[in-house]
Amino acid sequence: MELLVTVVLLTFLVAIVIGIIVLRDLLAGVILLGLYSLIAAGIFVVMDAVDVAFTEAAVGSGISTILFLGALSFTKHEQKPRGHDSLLVVVFVVLTGGLLIYGTLDMPHYGDPNSPAQTHPEHTQHYLYKSPDETGMPNVVTSVLASYRGYDTLGEVVVVFTAGIAVLSILGLIRRRPEDEVPEDAPGDLPSTGESDSEQSL
Amino acid sequence: MKLYRRQRHRVLQIVTKLIIPFVLLFALYVQFHGDYGPGGGFQAGVIFASAFVLHGLIFGLQRTRQVITPSMLRVLMALGVLIYLGTGIVSMLLGGNLLDYDFLAHDPKHGQHWGIFAVELGVGVTVTAVMISLFYSFASKR
Repeated sequence: MELLVTVVLLTFLVAIVIGIIVLRDLLAGVILLGLYSLIAAGIFVVMDAVDVAFTEAAVGSGISTILFLGALSFTKHEQKPRGHDSLLVVVFVVLTGGLLIYGTLDMPHYGDPNSPAQTHPEHTQHYLYKSPDETGMPNVVTSVLASYRGYDTLGEVVVVFTAGIAVLSILGLIRRRPEDEVPEDAPGDLPSTGESDSEQSL
Repeated sequence: MKLYRRQRHRVLQIVTKLIIPFVLLFALYVQFHGDYGPGGGFQAGVIFASAFVLHGLIFGLQRTRQVITPSMLRVLMALGVLIYLGTGIVSMLLGGNLLDYDFLAHDPKHGQHWGIFAVELGVGVTVTAVMISLFYSFASKR
């Protein structure tokens, strides 16, 4: 049953990716990306990784869809038709894809009993069995993330912070125009330039 | 991304008003229940921010900007990192290593509890502020 669910979900993923590649409509592509994240979250749930699934559902299909839609409002909804793909591009894409697949070849299979995590259980067992005593946390994921690997998580927070600063310093400058500072008394009288455009986008 | 006109979409506005408190409450639950169930600062921060995104989409960005101003967000972004790093430095000052929460309280387990609580709070604050300001900067194009 679990196998069936996984196969169906993975088939959906492949279908969605093909859809994203084929479609010229960028708006539909963004919506499909959100759907992709939602189904990926479903796969993580099947693999018992609820914390990861939670993040994928909230970030991947929630906030990033909104941010992509916001980015789309900077540009057009329709992808420009390209004349032809140059041979160099095709070679480069195939080479990169091949390298990525090659990189996964020496990773252990899912649930492989001969993987390092299984053949050297002393590390994984330590976290699973000692963490309630050492940290008092029933959720091992939280105790590993915030305590055992707290230093890594500090780095992640700094990355998020840096990304925020970077976006603000690039896009925030555009926003600083005097007409934006005018307080809005009657929100019903918003300038309607391009309004029909945007309601499609939402 | 343009703002909806105020007089239209009355149903959406009322439903949004009903939903937002629950979204915020759920975010707080995810934040502070992360020790016991799935969740934590990253997820909670995104969910908390999504309430403001919803508000901005339905009521217009100007109104959301009055609720939480961009300058407030800039302070909050840095504050989260400072909470995290501060927890680490306090544990250093109390005799441990950086981010070694055992020393935050007399009982190492309590110390771990407090440390993880503070650290997750820092994560949540930074993620919320960054997500909302990303939304502001992407959505405020004319």
